[in-house]
Amino acid sequence: MSDLESFRAQTRAWLEENCPASMRTPAPEDEVVWGGRHAVYKNPDSKLWLDRMAAKGWTCPTWSAEYGGGGLDKAQSLILAEEMQRISARPPLVSFGISMLGPVLLEMATHEQKLEHIPKIVRGEIRWCQGYSEPGAGSDLAGLACKAILDGDHYVINGSKIWTSYADKADWIFCLVRTDFDVPKHNGISFILFDMQTPGVTTKPIKLISGNSVFCETFFDDARVPAGNVVGRLNDGWTIAKRLLQHERTMISGFGLTSGRNNRGGLSGNLEQTAMKYRGDTDKLSDPALRDQIAQFRIDSEAFALTSQRSAQEAKLSKGPNATSSMLKNYGCELNKRRYELLLQAVGTQALGWESLTEDASDFASEELAVAREWLRSKGNSIEGGTYEVQLNVIAKRVLGLPDMTSMIEKQSGKL
Amino acid sequence: MSLVFNEDQVMLQESARSFCREQAPVAVLRKMRDTKDPLGYPKELWQSMVELGWAGMTVPEAYGGFEFGYSGLGIVLEETGRTLVPAPLVSTVLLSATAINLAGSEAQKSALLPAIASGESIVAFALEEGAFHNPAQVALSAVKTADGYELSGHKKFVLDAAAADHFVIVARSAGKAGDTDGISLFVVDVNAPGISIQPLSMVDSRSAANVSFDKVKVPANALMGAEGAGWPALQRTLDIARIGLSAEMLGSIQEVFDRIVDYLKQRTQFGVQIGAFQALQHRAALMYSEVELCKSLVRKALSELDRGDEAEDIPALASMCKAKLSEVSALISNEGVQMHGGIGMTDEFDLGFFLKRARVAQQTLGDALFHRDRYATLRGF
Ligand SMILES: Cc1cc2nc3c(=O)[nH]c(=O)nc-3n(C[C@H](O)[C@H](O)[C@H](O)COP(=O)(O)OP(=O)(O)OC[C@H]3O[C@@H](n4cnc5c(N)ncnc54)[C@H](O)[C@@H]3O)c2cc1C
Repeated sequence: MSDLESFRAQTRAWLEENCPASMRTPAPEDEVVWGGRHAVYKNPDSKLWLDRMAAKGWTCPTWSAEYGGGGLDKAQSLILAEEMQRISARPPLVSFGISMLGPVLLEMATHEQKLEHIPKIVRGEIRWCQGYSEPGAGSDLAGLACKAILDGDHYVINGSKIWTSYADKADWIFCLVRTDFDVPKHNGISFILFDMQTPGVTTKPIKLISGNSVFCETFFDDARVPAGNVVGRLNDGWTIAKRLLQHERTMISGFGLTSGRNNRGGLSGNLEQTAMKYRGDTDKLSDPALRDQIAQFRIDSEAFALTSQRSAQEAKLSKGPNATSSMLKNYGCELNKRRYELLLQAVGTQALGWESLTEDASDFASEELAVAREWLRSKGNSIEGGTYEVQLNVIAKRVLGLPDMTSMIEKQSGKL
Repeated sequence: MSLVFNEDQVMLQESARSFCREQAPVAVLRKMRDTKDPLGYPKELWQSMVELGWAGMTVPEAYGGFEFGYSGLGIVLEETGRTLVPAPLVSTVLLSATAINLAGSEAQKSALLPAIASGESIVAFALEEGAFHNPAQVALSAVKTADGYELSGHKKFVLDAAAADHFVIVARSAGKAGDTDGISLFVVDVNAPGISIQPLSMVDSRSAANVSFDKVKVPANALMGAEGAGWPALQRTLDIARIGLSAEMLGSIQEVFDRIVDYLKQRTQFGVQIGAFQALQHRAALMYSEVELCKSLVRKALSELDRGDEAEDIPALASMCKAKLSEVSALISNEGVQMHGGIGMTDEFDLGFFLKRARVAQQTLGDALFHRDRYATLRGF
């Protein structure tokens, strides 16, 4: 047996033994494990599963074992993913630490910083949030104003962030702050990490159109943060910020893949089966226009999945995510949005209930109600992680080499 | 499975590209059009392509071919799409050689495949009978006689009929139009009495004709495969050709897109390169995404064909390719003209040739609507 074959056999056996039965079903929204100091485990199996996987470093399979990761190579991690898929195992942990911060720390932080933060991400002990956007700095992120002034061996941070996802549930924040005020805007930003329990840090949840509150306003009033918490060089935070955004976009583009769908409680079965079920069709979808649109959507989805695959193969030949991450982010988001619009057409008014007013859900089934909420949530896909329009700007500039409009405007207004 | 080219494939791409750029730029097609060339392609050019092995790339070695595989043929087709090379690749190589190889008898294969691979023979594929691709609708009748069959009916839009020495004919020996049972394939000499060819002048300046069969008597050994059971081989042939044609379309799509991006950088108005205008930038970025999706689909389909696995998903892949490529080909050929402004409308400029070829290629072997419908059926809805 080759090394990989025996790795597969061992992995399969280990998963059989250690993955609890209830973890082999899709996770409803309230059972998704984000970790952190305040984590609540509605299903105790989730905690068991997390701890078992974390002990092997398999929450972050490819990260170095030196920092608690699984230390697997690409081929092994693929096998692990396949074997998990085979038994429909849930991911034991999802977090911004895993998908965004960790990869950047591994690439750019000091050994001490990695030792301090990476193992806690792997074990799900610390939950992170992202302090990028501000009321005055959204798409023009580099225009951010939140300031950090050195006072002895601490930075004193003042200002506010907005749209900070899960700031009220997070333990630590990775944050962009201005540390030099007399240089062009991109050159005075630093990337700093701190505890949300630091005195002076407060959060205020914001309610979304979907009724949930996933993001917050975050305020800093004289919050004192050790100077050693800056990652990378002082005033060079923009480089790190951009790198992290590439990882974020790659993650968000996964929404466009069937495997990465963000519907958890929603209707089971695919779009076309749902459309047929609600029309009482048996072998062929009776509405030809909808059938054509769904076919077009499915073809685009399959082509998109192949493109993600190809892009990953190309990235392996070069180095890490590249400008195509903007293209994949956009396409994936648009597909996810299209999917929900089609789902609304497939289900009609039954997908437009806000809540059930009956005890037996005879008005709206819970999975029907979930469709409406998820449809609303999907609208944010083309805003979060850099808007659709901004990604198109990036593709035009970086991939196609077209003139950079924004820098032309800034040059003219003397802002640079 | 790799969706990225290996070294050999990159080399093939480079040599095919320089051949097409040097020997067969768009000017060649323009000349065919302007001189109303009855054949539709230059004979010497086809001979040079044959010498490069392009006519026999997927023909088995036993029949004088090179078994280079579909990925290789796809790379060549892509490059011919970039310069709109007029050549009997779709008719003879993709359609007829495939059908003969799949359905032909030993004798038919030995007689025709080596001749195709060596450029001696051009074999046209007579399938369509209406203005839309609809293979099951075939009505041209094949009636059994004492010593063979008698063929009667009309075929439309037969590619490269003018240059052909043989036709592969899709006929009906039983059942009614719409049935998939009762379809028979024949291979027939173009000079058989009762065949008349009416050349067509198409917008893409490529060779096509309507062909009438008036009680054409053919021997029993003109039948390919079993009588009435031609549908599976026909389907497979069409799927292979749809994927190959998609590769050609991919080449044209990429060429027009490259020309658009170049022009956006080159043309100035209002004191800036027009590529600085966001309305154009965003449309270019969206087209880029679509081109990338097209590339992935075509590469996947070609490499699946080479795997030759029985369990593969070729029919769905072929329909995905042809649907998506048809859609994107329409988008990009239209934007190509629009983003070039007035010059895009001139005959002197090449873009019009791409626009015209795009529409004909879209209709050939099924347009986006046809293939989305077929895909939905294949996927069970
Ligand atoms: C669900 C969700 C979760 C989020 N989570 C986080 C988080 O955890 N942390 C965080 O820091 N931020 C987060 N964000 C914020 C997000 O990154 C910003 O909303 C985003 O960058 C856009 O900024 P803005 O809202 O200020 O919009 P604006 O920048 O004001 O944009 C408004 C409109 O103008 C367009 N526009 C702006 N500039 C240009 C241009 N140059 N060319 C063309 N069009 C332009 C935009 O595309 C958009 O359509 C989240 C957002 C959402 C929706």
